[in-house]
Amino acid sequence: MKVEMRHIYKSFGPVRALQDVSLTVQAGTIHGLLGENGAGKTTLMKILSGYLRPDRGEILLDGQAVRFRSPAEGLRHGIGMLHQDPMDFPALSVLDNFMMGHEGGLWLDRRGARRALKELADAFGFDLDPDARVDSLTVGERQQLELLRLLWRGVRVLILDEPTTGISAPQKARLFATLRRLAEEGKAVIFVTHKLEEAEELCHRVTVLRQGRLAGEVTPPYSPARLIELMFGRPVPMPERERIPLGEPVLEVQDLVVGDHRLRLSQVRLTVRAGEIIGLAGMEGSGQQLLMRACAGLIRPWEGTIRVSGRDLTGKPYSAFLEAGVLYVPANRLEEGLIPGLTLTEHFQLVYPNGRHLIDWEQARAEAQRRIREFHIRGRPETPVEALSGGNQQRTLLALIRTPARLLLLEHPTRGLDVESSLWVWERLKERARQGTALMVVSSDLQELMQYCHRIVVFFSGRVSEPIDAEQLTLDRLGHMIAGRGW
Amino acid sequence: MKEILLPRVRTSRWLAVGWQGLSILMALLFTTLVLLLTGAPPLEAYRQVVEGAFGSLKRATDILVAWVPLMLVTSGLLLTFTAGLWNIGVEGQIVLGAIATTGVVRALQHTDLPPPIILVLALLAGMAGGAAWAGLVGLLKVYGGVHEIFGGLGLNFVATTLILWLIFGPWKRPGIGSMSGTEPFPERLMLPTLPGLRLSPWALGMALLSVALVYVLLRNTYFGLRLKAIGKNLRAAHLLGVPTTRYLFLALLGCGAMAGLAGSIQVTAVYHRLIPPISSGYGYLGLLVAMLANYRVTWSVPVAFFFAALNIGSIQLPITLKLDSTLSGVMQGALVLFVLLMQGVRARWQAKTTVESEDGA
Amino acid sequence: MAPEWIMGLAGVLAAAAPLLIAVIGETFSERAGVVNLSVNGAMLLAAMAGFAVAVRTGSLELGFLTGILVGAGMALVVAFASLTLRQSQVAVGLVLALLGRDLAYFLGNPFMGVPGPRVGALPVPVLQDLPLLGPLLFRQSPLVYIAGLSVILAWIWIFRTRPGLVLRCVGERPPAAFVRGVPVTRVRYAYAVLGGAMVGFAGAAYTLDLKGGWQGPISGIDGVGWIVLAITIFGGWHPVRGAFGALLFALLQWLSLVLQPQLPGVPSQVLNVAPFPLMIFALLLTNLGSTEWVQTLLARLPESGRRLAMRILRSLQVSPPAALGMAFEEE
Repeated sequence: MKVEMRHIYKSFGPVRALQDVSLTVQAGTIHGLLGENGAGKTTLMKILSGYLRPDRGEILLDGQAVRFRSPAEGLRHGIGMLHQDPMDFPALSVLDNFMMGHEGGLWLDRRGARRALKELADAFGFDLDPDARVDSLTVGERQQLELLRLLWRGVRVLILDEPTTGISAPQKARLFATLRRLAEEGKAVIFVTHKLEEAEELCHRVTVLRQGRLAGEVTPPYSPARLIELMFGRPVPMPERERIPLGEPVLEVQDLVVGDHRLRLSQVRLTVRAGEIIGLAGMEGSGQQLLMRACAGLIRPWEGTIRVSGRDLTGKPYSAFLEAGVLYVPANRLEEGLIPGLTLTEHFQLVYPNGRHLIDWEQARAEAQRRIREFHIRGRPETPVEALSGGNQQRTLLALIRTPARLLLLEHPTRGLDVESSLWVWERLKERARQGTALMVVSSDLQELMQYCHRIVVFFSGRVSEPIDAEQLTLDRLGHMIAGRGW
Repeated sequence: MKEILLPRVRTSRWLAVGWQGLSILMALLFTTLVLLLTGAPPLEAYRQVVEGAFGSLKRATDILVAWVPLMLVTSGLLLTFTAGLWNIGVEGQIVLGAIATTGVVRALQHTDLPPPIILVLALLAGMAGGAAWAGLVGLLKVYGGVHEIFGGLGLNFVATTLILWLIFGPWKRPGIGSMSGTEPFPERLMLPTLPGLRLSPWALGMALLSVALVYVLLRNTYFGLRLKAIGKNLRAAHLLGVPTTRYLFLALLGCGAMAGLAGSIQVTAVYHRLIPPISSGYGYLGLLVAMLANYRVTWSVPVAFFFAALNIGSIQLPITLKLDSTLSGVMQGALVLFVLLMQGVRARWQAKTTVESEDGA
Repeated sequence: MAPEWIMGLAGVLAAAAPLLIAVIGETFSERAGVVNLSVNGAMLLAAMAGFAVAVRTGSLELGFLTGILVGAGMALVVAFASLTLRQSQVAVGLVLALLGRDLAYFLGNPFMGVPGPRVGALPVPVLQDLPLLGPLLFRQSPLVYIAGLSVILAWIWIFRTRPGLVLRCVGERPPAAFVRGVPVTRVRYAYAVLGGAMVGFAGAAYTLDLKGGWQGPISGIDGVGWIVLAITIFGGWHPVRGAFGALLFALLQWLSLVLQPQLPGVPSQVLNVAPFPLMIFALLLTNLGSTEWVQTLLARLPESGRRLAMRILRSLQVSPPAALGMAFEEE
């Protein structure tokens, strides 16, 4: 089935996710969709599969215009999407997950489903235990299950969103073989990824998105340099990086092993000195957040040690890290960073109490006003934080960072901010560094990292590079490493 | 990450009052329907309730007598509600306060200690008893993973069991174990009341003090601010450095202490002994008051008064109209229900009209 | 004549029947993600209303129907307030629990102690003459048979039918169910109301069968609703395990009656109330295995002891439908 998306526009409030994106996928091909975080790939595919509705534009299947109101409707037309986070039911069995959504009568035909599952699994070389609970499966196996389920439902256009995150190498090989076979059988496969080599290896055609727009479309033979350029744009000339004399080691991470159900980081070694800014680069889900949270004291590492200013804090509770001057600023501003319902004044009083027991609200308001001015927050002392825009929430988060801090861990500090705000944020962070604070910053903006960080650690699929001196990095090379090449 | 877009709500004072008025109207309608079901004349019933509450000085002061424990309980609950907890166990905390107080009085009544000292000790014991009982809820929650609703309920039942055992067992009146309770306290150990009335100025003073205390705590202290932070976003509060477990416990202990004090007052000022229904449902009623007052101290004072008036006013109903006195409970529950429902309707209605106006703009 | 202990156990079954039906109902509701905290009030009101209608009309069927409608109605209000009006499920449930109780006492005042129609025993023709099992299982009131049937039917429905699979998915992960075409909110409404209907039926069963009549505050029905909620959790949201919990509670109540003469020091009122906290604290067991301090404690035990303890704790462990009480907005 031939799929055409024409002039798609999509906004979420003030955020323009997609602007005038068009895409054509031929039956029997594997079409790659490449781009960095926030480029709009997932949004575009969610529109195609029926999960979201476009603001403007149309979708044609085999020349017929269609409009989906739900993913179920999309599937009925033959379009199925394998989400990055599988939309399955963890507490239920493989078989139940397989059957769920399939049409049929009142009674569950377990035997028939079992047979179908086995047939399909065998055909593709997957090994799934129908009675196992889905939450006991690996990510790769959950993907396989979802794939089989979509095939059973007669999918003709298969969309895979970052399918190789967190699966093993043999699973990946099997997946690629499967996809090639599906293409041969006449299905259209759309492969969304940020990993260059996979796009190169697998796809008949690659479309690159950048910041919500179509950056370009290429056919083999692929030139990685060209792909990088399309993905990240031309590099901007760098201003001089500040040379600050570095102080004592603030953070020493030795042989750290930490992980969650998806990812595992091994043998991480890192030393950060006072005044240093370390950037953690990589696609989302590559492990940066894990490391950050471990260094913040929120996750207990499985092995290894974490030392802050010489003191061993491994395994200690969060409060110990706070006391040691390790401050963590999460990316989820309203869910984890700020308290909806509380005003700016109240937030400041929580973090910078003026006294022990009684609150002098007059004084508090004046102080809040001072901080608001200092941090250029567009809001008043009595504004509840949920009424602030994203950028101002970020400024508030920065304003809530206690001084003095030994180590600052920031997740995506400039996410969703305009250029002016981003510059301002970095000025503040540089100032902190000058005062002797060590900083670790996670960001998906490579230029930003290149511009401000002294050293950069690259994450890819759970692999952690040695810290690389930013002077010795080029945007090109960084882009490559994030996409999995040049390690 | 989806951005949370909140509608810019611009409502006038009058509109807000209008919505509240609508809720009250609906509650009144509901209660009228209920009355009609029993075949009783609704207007007459309402008149009886008002008469029963304000008909005489004695009755009017009885409202204050009921208001005191209710206000104490509600003040305490405002602490736990602010911390984001559903302290259903407050009913049991009242009982434990009453038990502790009775225990101290019984233990010291034959000694030479001056009565005021005994009473003070008894009241302190009541606060401690209630606080300890609330502390158990906290322990169950933090170390047992039992939600405070169920922990509280379970402990409420245990409290009932305990009080029954004491009244029919070790503390029973010589010869009779009956629902009329334990041996009444000697007169010198009753909290003094105003002449001819059942109202104790000391009790009234304690209730007023507790309201003021909670008001100040919640509005003007770091303690209150931290409670509020925990109640609204536990995770973020934790990340910002608030010691969440400690404050959850403090909220519970504070509420338990006040509930315990309410129980103490019931024992020493009102009934002068321990009876099975010592808590009189003030715990559950306090929850309703707090909900209706939208968890604000200022509103809870008149709401508690209103609810107490309804209770007192309904006492005569079984005699005058052959109606059960639970009519007050029906009115109180209906009021809270309709306020909650109207709140939701209003929010949906406003969200819809805001979106529409934004689209049109 | 059957031995006394058999008669006692038969009584336990009879006492457990309404409780069991209510637990199954609430299990359905919570499986879909709606917690109905009003159960205590709903059962009281349904019990009173069912009895009142039965007395007035002389018809048991109408009485039970009334009970069903009352229970369903209460559940509908909870569902409406939380699913459509987005108010707190806990708040609305709590208010209705209190309001339902007060309504029951207020409206039921004239019916206290009034004699009314009562469901009699319905012996099963051949089976009733079996030794031991006969008097135990087959000379019961139809309520017991209904209870037994409802456990079986519930189990079949939840685990063997397509709509049952949908139910399990809605409670587990509403967004994923939605993606697969399930009208999540509608499903939640349906099961909330079904659960409420069963709870109401069970309430009516107390006054129309088990206790025979409405006694107001001393009817012994107050508190049962909270137990239903506890047993639903204790039963791990599984109909069979929930049934077991109901039987356990009824057994505890019977034991307290039996033990009374043996424990002269303990007043009868105490033993009557004792099963309530016991059941609620059974909840402690369901979560104990996962708490941190228990884990560290177990780590100190020798291997064999630890394995045994872990096995016991794990079998008691329950995990709620992941989306219980969580709001879900269909885009």
